[in-house]
Amino acid sequence: MALQKPYLDVPGTTIFDAEQSRKGYHLNQFCMSLMKAENRARFKAGERAYLDEWPMSEAQKQAVLARDLNRCIALGGNIYFLAKIGATDGRSFQQMAGSMTGMSEEEYRHMMISGGRSVEGNRVVGEDGDAQAHHQPQGKAGRA
Amino acid sequence: MARITASVYTSHVPAIGVAIDQGKTAEPYWVPLFKGYEFSKQWMQDNKPDVIFLVYNDHATAFSLEMIPTFAIGTAAEFNVADEGYGPRPVPKVIGHPELASHIAQSVIQDDFDLTIVNRMGVDHGLTVPLSLMCGQPQAWPCPVIPFAVNVVQYPVPSGRRCFMLGQAIRRAVESYDEALRVQIWGTGGMSHQLQGPRAGLINAAWDNRFLDRLIADPEGLSKVPHIEYVREAGSEGIELVMWLIARGAMADVAGGKAPTLKHRFFHVPASNTAVGHLILENS
Repeated sequence: MALQKPYLDVPGTTIFDAEQSRKGYHLNQFCMSLMKAENRARFKAGERAYLDEWPMSEAQKQAVLARDLNRCIALGGNIYFLAKIGATDGRSFQQMAGSMTGMSEEEYRHMMISGGRSVEGNRVVGEDGDAQAHHQPQGKAGRA
Repeated sequence: MARITASVYTSHVPAIGVAIDQGKTAEPYWVPLFKGYEFSKQWMQDNKPDVIFLVYNDHATAFSLEMIPTFAIGTAAEFNVADEGYGPRPVPKVIGHPELASHIAQSVIQDDFDLTIVNRMGVDHGLTVPLSLMCGQPQAWPCPVIPFAVNVVQYPVPSGRRCFMLGQAIRRAVESYDEALRVQIWGTGGMSHQLQGPRAGLINAAWDNRFLDRLIADPEGLSKVPHIEYVREAGSEGIELVMWLIARGAMADVAGGKAPTLKHRFFHVPASNTAVGHLILENS
């Protein structure tokens, strides 16, 4: 009998379960290696060469090089691990979170100061909230 | 015998630690947040415990994907403050209480909860930010701390029900320790927040406040809320709130004693990406 996964219909959300964790094992362990200062330095000196030391898929490597966190998550990355890339780049957690919405840093910060994103319309796929697939990217980027 | 005197609940947002460490607490963005903890710092000075049992989660710091313990109790004499990629926080080393921690581990495991025993572990913002919020910036933390790490990174995390029952087992363990120690139990993390995907930035203040109401008055009922409600209503990282039920389960009323006294309640949005909630409950 299949496992129950009641969380698959939450819009704009990937739950890091055992299946994602298996897909993303090497991607996340690469991120973990950036906890060491000498590894951060080596990664910055040659990102592609450093990534090639890890048995990651080409798609995972490209997603890291592009700093496309949504893609990294789709390929098994977990945000707490991916945050090590952000730390290496000198970015805050808010900058990283905001980058996944398509909003500018300013737009995202403003949303948070104004009380954050509303849950209305964002509970289940198929509603009309701002996190739904048909409203991406958000902010000015989506209106362009 | 040892006893649990009070429970403390608070978010552990890393940006709060950065604000404290970089002297930004007087900036307009942060003033309302730190004002909410002024009472708490005074309360800590007036009600200094002998040991803090601190329930938190590791954020891919001590535990990578090599090992993912669901419940891990720190039984070491001391715990270093971890470098999470920005350098270690400039806060005191965490001194443990190996005797009480080992006693709790033995008791709780015999009570059917399979803890992982950890004798070497760095501690991250999940543990140090609550200490900073409650104790300020001392040269040394006011008492020994027993770190208790819960997996909330890889799904499935333990259920609220399981956490609530574990709290009850921790209470029995503390009360079977011979030395007359005053122990506080802290539950940390939350409140509503989501750090990933197009839904990042989700805040649900109404849900959070109902959670606080029920944690105070109806923890048993609250413990039955399934994971999916946390995820849908409070964001994928809002699931951290199950950890509050461990601390709540350890309070006297759950074992038939008197209802706790609510000493302090605070709620604020935002700290970075997160809603901040805070409670202090004292056993009467």
